[in-house]
Amino acid sequence: MSELALSAGTVRPRSRSLATVQDAITMSGRCIRLSSRALDAIITSVMMPVMLMLVFVYLFGGAIKNTTGGDYVNYVVPGVLLLCAGWGGAATAVNVNMDMNGGIVDRLRSMDVGGTAVIAGHVVSSVARNVVSTLIVFGVALLIGFRSDANLMGWLGAVGVLLMFMLAVSWLASVFGLLVQSAEAAGGFSFIMMFVPYVSSAFVPVSTLPSWLRGVAEHQPVTPVIESLRALLNNEPLGNSGWLAVAWCAGILVVSTVLANVLFRKRVA
Amino acid sequence: MSGNWAVEAAGLRKSYGKIDVLAGIDLKVPAASVFSLLGPNGAGKTTTVRILSTLLRADGGQARVGGFDVDRQQRDVRRIISLTGQSASVDQLQTGEENLRMTASLAGVSRRDAKRRAQELLERFDLAEAGNRRVATYSGGMRRRLDLAAGLVGRPSVIFLDEPTTGLDPRSRRSMWDVITGLLGEGVTIFLTTQYLEEADQLADSVAVLDGGRVVAEGAPAELKRRVAGQRLDLVFGDDAGYDEGLRLLPGRISTEDRARLTIGVPTDGSAAQVRSLLDEIDPQARLVSSFSVHTATLDDVFLALTGRPAQSGQNENSNETDKETAGV
Repeated sequence: MSELALSAGTVRPRSRSLATVQDAITMSGRCIRLSSRALDAIITSVMMPVMLMLVFVYLFGGAIKNTTGGDYVNYVVPGVLLLCAGWGGAATAVNVNMDMNGGIVDRLRSMDVGGTAVIAGHVVSSVARNVVSTLIVFGVALLIGFRSDANLMGWLGAVGVLLMFMLAVSWLASVFGLLVQSAEAAGGFSFIMMFVPYVSSAFVPVSTLPSWLRGVAEHQPVTPVIESLRALLNNEPLGNSGWLAVAWCAGILVVSTVLANVLFRKRVA
Repeated sequence: MSGNWAVEAAGLRKSYGKIDVLAGIDLKVPAASVFSLLGPNGAGKTTTVRILSTLLRADGGQARVGGFDVDRQQRDVRRIISLTGQSASVDQLQTGEENLRMTASLAGVSRRDAKRRAQELLERFDLAEAGNRRVATYSGGMRRRLDLAAGLVGRPSVIFLDEPTTGLDPRSRRSMWDVITGLLGEGVTIFLTTQYLEEADQLADSVAVLDGGRVVAEGAPAELKRRVAGQRLDLVFGDDAGYDEGLRLLPGRISTEDRARLTIGVPTDGSAAQVRSLLDEIDPQARLVSSFSVHTATLDDVFLALTGRPAQSGQNENSNETDKETAGV
Protein backbone atom coordinates (compact mmCIF):
# COMPACT_ATOMS: atom_id res chain seq x y z
CA MET A 1 0.00 0.00 0.00
CA SER A 2 1.38 3.35 -0.90
CA GLU A 3 2.01 5.18 2.29
CA LEU A 4 0.41 8.51 1.65
CA ALA A 5 -2.76 7.05 0.20
CA LEU A 6 -4.59 8.11 3.33
CA SER A 7 -8.33 7.48 3.35
CA ALA A 8 -8.91 9.25 0.08
CA GLY A 9 -11.81 11.49 -0.74
CA THR A 10 -12.67 12.58 2.78
CA VAL A 11 -11.85 16.25 2.49
CA ARG A 12 -14.92 18.05 1.28
CA PRO A 13 -15.14 21.69 0.34
CA ARG A 14 -17.13 23.65 2.92
CA SER A 15 -18.90 26.94 2.71
CA ARG A 16 -17.26 29.79 4.60
CA SER A 17 -19.89 30.04 7.33
CA LEU A 18 -20.23 26.29 7.81
CA ALA A 19 -16.44 26.02 8.08
CA THR A 20 -16.38 28.77 10.70
CA VAL A 21 -18.99 27.01 12.84
CA GLN A 22 -17.32 23.60 12.51
CA ASP A 23 -13.88 25.03 13.21
CA ALA A 24 -15.21 26.93 16.23
CA ILE A 25 -16.59 23.65 17.61
CA THR A 26 -13.27 21.89 17.01
CA MET A 27 -11.33 24.74 18.61
CA SER A 28 -13.71 24.78 21.59
CA GLY A 29 -13.09 21.09 22.15
CA ARG A 30 -9.36 21.75 22.05
CA CYS A 31 -9.49 24.67 24.48
CA ILE A 32 -11.76 22.83 26.91
CA ARG A 33 -9.35 19.87 26.91
CA LEU A 34 -6.39 22.18 27.48
CA SER A 35 -8.21 24.06 30.26
CA SER A 36 -9.32 20.92 32.04
CA ARG A 37 -5.72 19.70 32.10
CA ALA A 38 -4.24 22.90 33.49
CA LEU A 39 -5.19 22.11 37.06
CA ASP A 40 -3.22 24.94 38.63
CA ALA A 41 -5.13 27.51 36.58
CA ILE A 42 -8.46 26.05 37.69
CA ILE A 43 -7.45 26.15 41.33
CA THR A 44 -6.34 29.80 41.12
CA SER A 45 -9.53 30.82 39.36
CA VAL A 46 -11.61 29.35 42.20
CA MET A 47 -9.34 30.22 45.13
CA MET A 48 -9.20 33.94 44.47
CA PRO A 49 -12.96 34.67 44.53
CA VAL A 50 -13.52 32.32 47.48
CA MET A 51 -10.79 34.03 49.52
CA LEU A 52 -12.17 37.45 48.64
CA MET A 53 -15.66 36.41 49.63
CA LEU A 54 -14.42 35.15 52.98
CA VAL A 55 -12.45 38.35 53.51
CA PHE A 56 -15.44 40.55 52.76
CA VAL A 57 -17.96 38.55 54.75
CA TYR A 58 -15.86 37.87 57.84
CA LEU A 59 -13.31 40.71 57.97
CA PHE A 60 -15.08 43.73 56.45
CA GLY A 61 -18.66 42.47 56.66
CA GLY A 62 -19.22 43.62 60.23
CA ALA A 63 -18.22 47.17 59.39
CA ILE A 64 -20.00 47.33 56.03
CA LYS A 65 -23.34 45.78 56.86
CA ASN A 66 -24.68 48.95 58.50
CA THR A 67 -24.65 50.64 55.10
CA THR A 68 -26.21 47.77 53.13
CA GLY A 69 -28.94 46.75 55.55
CA GLY A 70 -29.99 43.11 55.89
CA ASP A 71 -27.49 40.28 55.81
CA TYR A 72 -24.20 41.39 54.23
CA VAL A 73 -23.54 37.94 52.82
CA ASN A 74 -26.67 38.29 50.69
CA TYR A 75 -25.47 41.69 49.52
CA VAL A 76 -21.92 40.66 48.65
CA VAL A 77 -22.38 37.24 47.00
CA PRO A 78 -23.73 38.62 43.69
CA GLY A 79 -20.67 40.91 43.58
CA VAL A 80 -18.33 38.02 44.29
CA LEU A 81 -19.96 35.87 41.61
CA LEU A 82 -19.42 38.64 39.14
CA LEU A 83 -15.83 39.17 40.22
CA CYS A 84 -15.27 35.44 39.82
CA ALA A 85 -16.71 35.56 36.29
CA GLY A 86 -14.61 38.61 35.38
CA TRP A 87 -11.44 37.14 36.83
CA GLY A 88 -11.96 33.81 35.12
CA GLY A 89 -12.89 35.40 31.81
CA ALA A 90 -9.81 37.62 31.91
CA ALA A 91 -7.55 34.55 31.79
CA THR A 92 -8.63 34.21 28.16
CA ALA A 93 -6.26 37.07 27.34
CA VAL A 94 -3.25 34.97 28.34
CA ASN A 95 -4.46 31.85 26.52
CA VAL A 96 -5.12 33.75 23.31
CA ASN A 97 -1.79 35.53 23.52
CA MET A 98 0.08 32.26 24.01
CA ASP A 99 -1.52 30.86 20.87
CA MET A 100 -0.63 33.96 18.91
CA ASN A 101 3.01 33.73 19.94
CA GLY A 102 3.25 29.97 19.43
CA GLY A 103 3.58 27.90 16.28
CA ILE A 104 -0.07 26.97 16.17
CA VAL A 105 -1.27 30.29 14.80
CA ASP A 106 0.83 29.81 11.64
CA ARG A 107 -0.55 26.34 11.15
CA LEU A 108 -4.10 27.60 11.67
CA ARG A 109 -3.71 30.51 9.31
CA SER A 110 -2.10 28.36 6.64
CA MET A 111 -5.12 26.03 6.97
CA ASP A 112 -7.46 28.96 6.47
CA VAL A 113 -8.95 28.72 9.96
CA GLY A 114 -10.35 32.19 10.65
CA GLY A 115 -9.91 34.40 13.68
CA THR A 116 -13.54 34.10 14.73
CA ALA A 117 -13.29 30.32 15.04
CA VAL A 118 -10.02 30.51 16.98
CA ILE A 119 -11.29 33.13 19.43
CA ALA A 120 -14.68 31.46 19.78
CA GLY A 121 -12.88 28.31 20.88
CA HIS A 122 -11.14 30.19 23.66
CA VAL A 123 -14.32 32.00 24.69
CA VAL A 124 -16.44 28.85 24.84
CA SER A 125 -13.85 27.10 26.97
CA SER A 126 -13.57 30.20 29.15
CA VAL A 127 -17.33 30.19 29.76
CA ALA A 128 -17.29 26.46 30.51
CA ARG A 129 -14.41 26.95 32.96
CA ASN A 130 -16.25 29.83 34.56
CA VAL A 131 -19.47 27.90 35.01
CA VAL A 132 -17.54 25.29 36.98
CA SER A 133 -15.71 27.80 39.18
CA THR A 134 -18.89 29.85 39.72
CA LEU A 135 -20.70 26.73 40.91
CA ILE A 136 -17.91 26.04 43.39
CA VAL A 137 -17.90 29.64 44.63
CA PHE A 138 -21.66 29.54 44.90
CA GLY A 139 -21.44 26.33 46.92
CA VAL A 140 -19.09 28.02 49.38
CA ALA A 141 -21.46 31.00 49.52
CA LEU A 142 -24.30 28.67 50.58
CA LEU A 143 -22.05 27.15 53.23
CA ILE A 144 -21.35 30.52 54.79
CA GLY A 145 -24.98 31.49 54.94
CA PHE A 146 -26.07 32.92 51.60
CA ARG A 147 -29.79 32.42 51.08
CA SER A 148 -31.80 33.34 48.01
CA ASP A 149 -35.46 34.26 47.75
CA ALA A 150 -35.40 33.91 43.98
CA ASN A 151 -38.14 32.12 42.09
CA LEU A 152 -37.47 30.04 38.98
CA MET A 153 -37.55 33.08 36.70
CA GLY A 154 -35.13 34.83 39.00
CA TRP A 155 -32.70 31.91 38.87
CA LEU A 156 -32.89 31.63 35.11
CA GLY A 157 -32.41 35.37 34.80
CA ALA A 158 -29.37 35.32 37.10
CA VAL A 159 -27.79 32.45 35.17
CA GLY A 160 -28.48 34.30 31.92
CA VAL A 161 -26.92 37.53 33.17
CA LEU A 162 -23.83 35.71 34.40
CA LEU A 163 -23.39 33.77 31.16
CA MET A 164 -23.77 36.94 29.14
CA PHE A 165 -21.22 38.72 31.29
CA MET A 166 -18.74 35.82 31.03
CA LEU A 167 -19.15 35.82 27.27
CA ALA A 168 -18.58 39.57 26.96
CA VAL A 169 -15.57 39.63 29.31
CA SER A 170 -13.96 36.61 27.65
CA TRP A 171 -14.27 38.10 24.19
CA LEU A 172 -13.00 41.46 25.41
CA ALA A 173 -10.08 39.65 27.05
CA SER A 174 -9.31 38.02 23.70
CA VAL A 175 -9.01 41.47 22.13
CA PHE A 176 -6.55 42.41 24.84
CA GLY A 177 -4.62 39.17 24.29
CA LEU A 178 -4.39 39.93 20.56
CA LEU A 179 -3.30 43.49 21.22
CA VAL A 180 -0.36 42.96 23.57
CA GLN A 181 2.92 41.31 22.68
CA SER A 182 3.59 38.97 25.58
CA ALA A 183 1.70 36.62 27.86
CA GLU A 184 2.92 38.61 30.88
CA ALA A 185 1.31 41.75 29.50
CA ALA A 186 -1.85 39.80 28.70
CA GLY A 187 -1.98 38.79 32.36
CA GLY A 188 -2.48 42.48 33.14
CA PHE A 189 -6.08 42.18 31.99
CA SER A 190 -6.82 40.06 35.06
CA PHE A 191 -5.77 43.01 37.19
CA ILE A 192 -8.14 45.32 35.39
CA MET A 193 -11.00 42.87 35.70
CA MET A 194 -10.27 42.38 39.37
CA PHE A 195 -10.15 46.09 40.07
CA VAL A 196 -13.19 47.22 38.10
CA PRO A 197 -15.82 45.61 40.39
CA TYR A 198 -14.39 47.57 43.34
CA VAL A 199 -15.53 50.81 41.74
CA SER A 200 -19.11 49.58 41.53
CA SER A 201 -21.84 48.43 43.87
CA ALA A 202 -20.24 44.98 44.18
CA PHE A 203 -19.00 45.29 47.76
CA VAL A 204 -20.43 48.54 49.08
CA PRO A 205 -23.43 50.65 48.03
CA VAL A 206 -22.47 53.30 45.49
CA SER A 207 -23.99 55.96 47.75
CA THR A 208 -21.13 55.54 50.23
CA LEU A 209 -18.48 56.55 47.64
CA PRO A 210 -17.11 60.10 47.29
CA SER A 211 -19.21 61.99 44.76
CA TRP A 212 -16.63 62.06 41.93
CA LEU A 213 -16.17 58.29 42.17
CA ARG A 214 -19.90 57.74 42.46
CA GLY A 215 -20.36 59.11 38.96
CA VAL A 216 -17.91 56.55 37.60
CA ALA A 217 -19.34 53.70 39.63
CA GLU A 218 -22.93 54.40 38.63
CA HIS A 219 -22.18 54.51 34.94
CA GLN A 220 -19.69 51.73 34.44
CA PRO A 221 -20.93 48.48 32.90
CA VAL A 222 -20.26 46.26 35.91
CA THR A 223 -22.75 48.09 38.14
CA PRO A 224 -25.96 47.30 36.20
CA VAL A 225 -24.80 43.69 35.85
CA ILE A 226 -24.34 43.39 39.61
CA GLU A 227 -27.55 45.23 40.35
CA SER A 228 -29.48 42.88 38.07
CA LEU A 229 -27.85 39.84 39.59
CA ARG A 230 -28.59 41.06 43.12
CA ALA A 231 -32.19 41.96 42.28
CA LEU A 232 -32.79 38.60 40.60
CA LEU A 233 -31.20 36.51 43.38
CA ASN A 234 -32.80 38.45 46.24
CA ASN A 235 -36.17 38.72 44.50
CA GLU A 236 -36.16 42.49 44.40
CA PRO A 237 -37.45 44.78 41.64
CA LEU A 238 -35.09 44.84 38.66
CA GLY A 239 -35.68 48.44 37.62
CA ASN A 240 -33.88 49.36 34.40
CA SER A 241 -30.60 47.69 35.39
CA GLY A 242 -31.67 44.54 33.54
CA TRP A 243 -31.86 46.29 30.20
CA LEU A 244 -28.72 48.26 30.90
CA ALA A 245 -26.83 45.06 31.70
CA VAL A 246 -28.00 43.38 28.50
CA ALA A 247 -27.15 46.47 26.45
CA TRP A 248 -23.64 46.77 27.91
CA CYS A 249 -22.83 43.09 27.48
CA ALA A 250 -24.21 42.96 23.94
CA GLY A 251 -22.31 46.13 23.03
CA ILE A 252 -19.03 44.83 24.43
CA LEU A 253 -19.58 41.51 22.67
CA VAL A 254 -20.24 43.04 19.27
CA VAL A 255 -17.33 45.49 19.43
CA SER A 256 -14.96 42.81 20.73
CA THR A 257 -15.94 40.30 18.07
CA VAL A 258 -15.27 42.78 15.30
CA LEU A 259 -12.04 44.02 16.85
CA ALA A 260 -10.75 40.52 17.55
CA ASN A 261 -11.38 39.51 13.96
CA VAL A 262 -9.53 42.54 12.59
CA LEU A 263 -6.62 42.14 15.01
CA PHE A 264 -6.26 38.45 14.24
CA ARG A 265 -5.98 39.21 10.54
CA LYS A 266 -3.55 42.10 11.03
CA ARG A 267 -1.29 40.38 13.45
CA VAL A 268 1.84 38.88 11.98
CA ALA A 269 3.33 36.69 14.65
CA MET B 1 4.12 32.52 -15.37
CA SER B 2 2.66 29.07 -15.96
CA GLY B 3 3.71 25.53 -16.70
CA ASN B 4 4.27 22.60 -14.40
CA TRP B 5 5.83 24.44 -11.54
CA ALA B 6 4.56 23.65 -8.06
CA VAL B 7 6.13 26.85 -6.79
CA GLU B 8 7.29 29.79 -8.83
CA ALA B 9 8.37 33.17 -7.62
CA ALA B 10 9.59 36.18 -9.53
CA GLY B 11 11.28 39.21 -8.05
CA LEU B 12 9.98 38.65 -4.51
CA ARG B 13 10.89 41.54 -2.26
CA LYS B 14 10.30 42.21 1.40
CA SER B 15 11.78 44.85 3.69
CA TYR B 16 11.34 45.74 7.31
CA GLY B 17 12.14 49.41 7.65
CA LYS B 18 15.41 49.93 5.85
CA ILE B 19 16.44 46.30 5.99
CA ASP B 20 15.86 44.35 2.80
CA VAL B 21 15.11 40.83 3.93
CA LEU B 22 14.39 39.70 0.40
CA ALA B 23 16.00 41.70 -2.36
CA GLY B 24 14.20 40.19 -5.33
CA ILE B 25 14.36 36.43 -5.51
CA ASP B 26 13.31 34.11 -8.32
CA LEU B 27 12.51 30.45 -7.73
CA LYS B 28 11.09 27.62 -9.78
CA VAL B 29 10.24 24.30 -8.18
CA PRO B 30 9.05 21.45 -10.43
CA ALA B 31 6.01 19.51 -9.21
CA ALA B 32 6.67 16.23 -7.37
CA SER B 33 10.22 17.13 -6.39
CA VAL B 34 12.11 18.13 -3.28
CA PHE B 35 13.45 21.63 -3.25
CA SER B 36 15.73 23.02 -0.59
CA LEU B 37 16.35 26.63 0.26
CA LEU B 38 19.77 26.63 1.88
CA GLY B 39 21.18 29.53 3.85
CA PRO B 40 22.37 30.84 7.19
CA ASN B 41 20.17 32.49 9.83
CA GLY B 42 18.88 35.78 8.61
CA ALA B 43 19.27 34.92 4.93
CA GLY B 44 15.52 35.27 4.37
CA LYS B 45 14.50 31.59 4.31
CA THR B 46 11.62 31.88 6.76
CA THR B 47 10.39 35.08 5.15
CA THR B 48 10.28 33.31 1.78
CA VAL B 49 8.33 30.38 3.22
CA ARG B 50 5.90 32.71 4.98
CA ILE B 51 5.21 34.60 1.77
CA LEU B 52 4.72 31.41 -0.23
CA SER B 53 2.41 29.95 2.41
CA THR B 54 0.25 33.13 2.40
CA LEU B 55 1.12 34.19 5.94
CA LEU B 56 3.02 37.26 4.86
CA ARG B 57 2.52 39.67 2.00
CA ALA B 58 5.49 40.49 -0.23
CA ASP B 59 6.31 44.13 -0.91
CA GLY B 60 6.98 43.36 -4.55
CA GLY B 61 7.16 40.58 -7.10
CA GLN B 62 4.75 37.72 -7.47
CA ALA B 63 4.50 34.09 -6.55
CA ARG B 64 2.30 31.16 -7.47
CA VAL B 65 1.84 27.92 -5.59
CA GLY B 66 0.11 25.10 -7.44
CA GLY B 67 -0.75 27.67 -10.08
CA PHE B 68 -2.56 29.96 -7.62
CA ASP B 69 -1.42 33.47 -6.86
CA VAL B 70 -0.38 33.66 -3.19
CA ASP B 71 -1.74 37.15 -2.86
CA ARG B 72 -4.99 37.11 -4.80
CA GLN B 73 -5.95 33.44 -4.44
CA GLN B 74 -5.03 32.93 -0.82
CA ARG B 75 -7.82 30.47 -0.06
CA ASP B 76 -6.99 28.25 -3.01
CA VAL B 77 -3.33 28.19 -2.00
CA ARG B 78 -4.24 27.34 1.59
CA ARG B 79 -6.34 24.42 0.42
CA ILE B 80 -3.42 22.66 -1.23
CA ILE B 81 -0.48 23.45 1.04
CA SER B 82 0.68 22.59 4.50
CA LEU B 83 3.21 24.46 6.58
CA THR B 84 5.30 23.04 9.38
CA GLY B 85 7.18 25.92 10.92
CA GLN B 86 10.06 26.07 13.34
CA SER B 87 7.99 26.47 16.50
CA ALA B 88 5.67 23.70 17.62
CA SER B 89 2.12 23.78 16.33
CA VAL B 90 1.01 20.86 18.48
CA ASP B 91 -0.31 21.25 22.02
CA GLN B 92 1.77 19.88 24.87
CA LEU B 93 -1.34 19.14 26.94
CA GLN B 94 -3.07 17.11 24.24
CA THR B 95 -2.10 13.59 23.27
CA GLY B 96 -0.56 12.92 19.87
CA GLU B 97 -3.81 11.44 18.65
CA GLU B 98 -5.91 14.34 19.91
CA ASN B 99 -3.63 16.79 18.15
CA LEU B 100 -3.94 14.92 14.86
CA ARG B 101 -7.71 14.52 15.10
CA MET B 102 -8.10 18.19 15.87
CA THR B 103 -6.00 19.20 12.87
CA ALA B 104 -7.87 16.74 10.65
CA SER B 105 -11.21 18.25 11.68
CA LEU B 106 -9.90 21.72 10.90
CA ALA B 107 -8.85 20.45 7.49
CA GLY B 108 -12.48 19.51 6.85
CA VAL B 109 -12.13 15.78 7.41
CA SER B 110 -15.24 14.19 8.93
CA ARG B 111 -15.13 13.04 12.54
CA ARG B 112 -14.98 9.36 11.75
CA ASP B 113 -12.35 9.72 9.05
CA ALA B 114 -10.32 12.03 11.29
CA LYS B 115 -9.93 9.22 13.78
CA ARG B 116 -8.84 6.76 11.12
CA ARG B 117 -6.43 9.19 9.56
CA ALA B 118 -4.88 10.03 12.91
CA GLN B 119 -4.22 6.32 13.49
CA GLU B 120 -2.69 5.90 10.04
CA LEU B 121 -0.38 8.83 10.53
CA LEU B 122 0.67 7.77 14.02
CA GLU B 123 1.63 4.34 12.74
CA ARG B 124 3.37 5.70 9.74
CA PHE B 125 5.47 8.14 11.79
CA ASP B 126 6.40 5.55 14.36
CA LEU B 127 4.25 7.19 17.04
CA ALA B 128 1.54 4.54 17.40
CA GLU B 129 2.60 3.61 20.92
CA ALA B 130 2.94 7.22 22.00
CA GLY B 131 -0.39 8.23 20.44
CA ASN B 132 -2.24 8.20 23.74
CA ARG B 133 0.43 10.09 25.64
CA ARG B 134 0.51 13.83 26.04
CA VAL B 135 2.97 15.59 23.77
CA ALA B 136 4.71 17.03 26.85
CA THR B 137 6.22 13.56 27.36
CA TYR B 138 7.61 13.32 23.80
CA SER B 139 11.25 13.72 22.81
CA GLY B 140 12.22 16.56 20.47
CA GLY B 141 12.35 14.22 17.50
CA MET B 142 8.93 12.68 18.24
CA ARG B 143 7.42 16.11 18.61
CA ARG B 144 8.76 17.17 15.22
CA ARG B 145 7.42 14.02 13.59
CA LEU B 146 4.01 14.64 15.10
CA ASP B 147 4.10 18.22 13.91
CA LEU B 148 4.92 17.04 10.41
CA ALA B 149 2.18 14.39 10.59
CA ALA B 150 -0.33 17.07 11.62
CA GLY B 151 0.62 18.94 8.47
CA LEU B 152 -0.35 15.96 6.34
CA VAL B 153 -3.88 15.28 7.57
CA GLY B 154 -5.41 17.44 4.84
CA ARG B 155 -3.44 15.67 2.08
CA PRO B 156 -1.58 18.74 0.84
CA SER B 157 0.14 18.65 -2.53
CA VAL B 158 2.78 21.23 -1.61
CA ILE B 159 4.46 20.77 1.77
CA PHE B 160 6.51 23.57 3.30
CA LEU B 161 8.98 22.55 6.01
CA ASP B 162 10.84 25.38 7.68
CA GLU B 163 14.08 24.00 9.14
CA PRO B 164 12.60 20.61 10.01
CA THR B 165 15.71 19.32 11.79
CA THR B 166 17.27 22.36 13.44
CA GLY B 167 18.04 21.57 17.07
CA LEU B 168 17.66 17.81 16.68
CA ASP B 169 20.41 15.39 17.62
CA PRO B 170 22.04 13.51 14.70
CA ARG B 171 19.95 10.37 15.20
CA SER B 172 16.61 12.20 15.30
CA ARG B 173 17.75 14.19 12.29
CA ARG B 174 18.36 11.02 10.36
CA SER B 175 14.97 9.59 11.26
CA MET B 176 13.37 12.88 10.19
CA TRP B 177 15.17 12.55 6.86
CA ASP B 178 13.71 9.05 6.46
CA VAL B 179 10.25 10.42 7.16
CA ILE B 180 10.65 13.19 4.61
CA THR B 181 12.05 10.82 1.99
CA GLY B 182 9.05 8.58 2.68
CA LEU B 183 6.69 11.34 1.55
CA LEU B 184 8.04 11.16 -1.96
CA GLY B 185 6.61 9.11 -4.75
CA GLU B 186 3.12 10.35 -3.98
CA GLY B 187 3.29 13.28 -6.32
CA VAL B 188 3.77 15.79 -3.51
CA THR B 189 6.18 18.66 -3.74
CA ILE B 190 8.37 19.39 -0.74
CA PHE B 191 9.83 22.83 -0.16
CA LEU B 192 12.21 22.77 2.78
CA THR B 193 14.63 25.24 4.27
CA THR B 194 17.82 24.26 6.00
CA GLN B 195 21.12 25.56 7.27
CA TYR B 196 22.83 22.27 6.59
CA LEU B 197 24.46 21.49 3.28
CA GLU B 198 24.41 17.81 4.16
CA GLU B 199 20.64 17.91 4.63
CA ALA B 200 20.01 19.57 1.29
CA ASP B 201 22.39 17.05 -0.24
CA GLN B 202 20.55 14.09 1.27
CA LEU B 203 17.02 15.20 0.49
CA ALA B 204 16.79 17.70 -2.32
CA ASP B 205 16.52 17.33 -6.08
CA SER B 206 17.37 20.97 -6.45
CA VAL B 207 18.83 23.60 -4.17
CA ALA B 208 18.90 27.37 -4.09
CA VAL B 209 21.46 29.03 -1.84
CA LEU B 210 20.08 32.15 -0.19
CA ASP B 211 22.33 34.79 1.30
CA GLY B 212 21.43 38.29 2.37
CA GLY B 213 18.05 38.08 0.66
CA ARG B 214 19.41 36.97 -2.71
CA VAL B 215 19.74 33.63 -4.45
CA VAL B 216 23.49 33.29 -4.89
CA ALA B 217 23.48 29.86 -6.51
CA GLU B 218 21.07 27.20 -7.62
CA GLY B 219 21.12 23.76 -9.12
CA ALA B 220 21.24 20.09 -8.23
CA PRO B 221 23.22 19.32 -5.06
CA ALA B 222 25.85 17.48 -7.11
CA GLU B 223 26.45 20.55 -9.25
CA LEU B 224 26.80 22.75 -6.20
CA LYS B 225 29.18 20.36 -4.57
CA ARG B 226 31.33 20.22 -7.67
CA ARG B 227 31.66 23.97 -7.37
CA VAL B 228 32.36 23.83 -3.67
CA ALA B 229 34.27 20.58 -3.20
CA GLY B 230 32.61 18.27 -0.76
CA GLN B 231 35.27 18.29 1.92
CA ARG B 232 37.81 20.50 3.58
CA LEU B 233 41.29 19.43 4.56
CA ASP B 234 42.56 21.21 7.66
CA LEU B 235 46.35 21.33 7.89
CA VAL B 236 47.82 22.06 11.30
CA PHE B 237 51.36 23.46 11.19
CA GLY B 238 54.02 22.93 13.80
CA ASP B 239 54.97 26.59 14.27
CA ASP B 240 54.45 30.12 12.97
CA ALA B 241 57.20 29.81 10.39
CA GLY B 242 55.61 26.67 9.00
CA TYR B 243 52.21 28.37 8.95
CA ASP B 244 53.61 31.30 6.96
CA GLU B 245 55.29 28.87 4.60
CA GLY B 246 51.91 27.15 4.15
CA LEU B 247 50.19 30.44 3.34
CA ARG B 248 52.89 31.14 0.76
CA LEU B 249 52.64 27.69 -0.86
CA LEU B 250 48.85 27.56 -1.18
CA PRO B 251 47.84 30.78 -2.90
CA GLY B 252 44.22 30.85 -4.12
CA ARG B 253 43.43 27.47 -2.66
CA ILE B 254 42.84 28.44 0.96
CA SER B 255 39.25 28.32 2.21
CA THR B 256 39.86 29.01 5.92
CA GLU B 257 42.82 30.29 7.90
CA ASP B 258 43.24 30.35 11.66
CA ARG B 259 46.59 31.65 12.86
CA ALA B 260 45.82 31.07 16.54
CA ARG B 261 45.51 27.36 15.85
CA LEU B 262 48.14 27.37 13.08
CA THR B 263 45.50 25.82 10.82
CA ILE B 264 44.86 26.29 7.11
CA GLY B 265 41.80 24.77 5.41
CA VAL B 266 41.92 23.64 1.77
CA PRO B 267 39.03 22.24 -0.32
CA THR B 268 39.45 18.58 -1.18
CA ASP B 269 37.43 15.63 -2.39
CA GLY B 270 38.59 13.73 0.66
CA SER B 271 40.39 10.98 -1.26
CA ALA B 272 43.61 9.60 0.15
CA ALA B 273 45.32 10.20 -3.18
CA GLN B 274 44.52 13.86 -3.17
CA VAL B 275 45.49 14.36 0.47
CA ARG B 276 48.79 12.54 -0.10
CA SER B 277 49.68 14.49 -3.21
CA LEU B 278 48.83 17.77 -1.49
CA LEU B 279 51.04 16.93 1.47
CA ASP B 280 53.83 15.80 -0.84
CA GLU B 281 53.55 19.02 -2.75
CA ILE B 282 53.80 21.47 0.13
CA ASP B 283 55.69 19.42 2.68
CA PRO B 284 57.85 16.79 0.98
CA GLN B 285 60.19 16.46 3.98
CA ALA B 286 57.29 16.08 6.44
CA ARG B 287 58.52 18.84 8.72
CA LEU B 288 55.94 21.66 8.29
CA VAL B 289 52.58 19.94 8.81
CA SER B 290 52.18 18.32 12.21
CA SER B 291 48.66 16.90 11.75
CA PHE B 292 45.60 17.13 9.51
CA SER B 293 41.91 16.37 9.54
CA VAL B 294 39.21 16.10 6.88
CA HIS B 295 35.81 17.73 7.46
CA THR B 296 32.58 17.67 5.51
CA ALA B 297 32.25 21.04 3.82
CA THR B 298 30.21 23.35 5.97
CA LEU B 299 27.90 26.06 4.86
CA ASP B 300 30.80 28.41 5.49
CA ASP B 301 32.86 26.66 2.85
CA VAL B 302 29.96 26.80 0.42
CA PHE B 303 29.51 30.49 0.98
CA LEU B 304 33.16 31.18 0.75
CA ALA B 305 33.34 29.32 -2.52
CA LEU B 306 30.17 30.87 -3.94
CA THR B 307 30.48 34.43 -2.75
CA GLY B 308 34.16 34.82 -2.00
CA ARG B 309 33.38 35.92 1.54
CA PRO B 310 32.24 34.25 4.75
CA ALA B 311 28.50 33.89 5.34
CA GLN B 312 26.89 36.76 7.21
CA SER B 313 25.76 36.71 10.83
CA GLY B 314 26.27 34.09 13.50
CA GLN B 315 24.97 31.13 11.56
CA ASN B 316 27.45 28.79 13.15
CA GLU B 317 25.83 28.35 16.55
CA ASN B 318 24.03 25.20 15.56
CA SER B 319 25.66 24.16 12.34
CA ASN B 320 26.87 20.62 12.31
CA GLU B 321 30.41 21.59 11.53
CA THR B 322 32.66 18.83 12.72
CA ASP B 323 30.01 16.22 12.16
CA LYS B 324 32.27 13.84 10.31
CA GLU B 325 35.92 13.99 11.14
CA THR B 326 38.71 11.75 10.16
CA ALA B 327 41.71 12.00 12.39
CA GLY B 328 45.10 12.89 11.02
CA VAL B 329 48.71 11.86 11.52
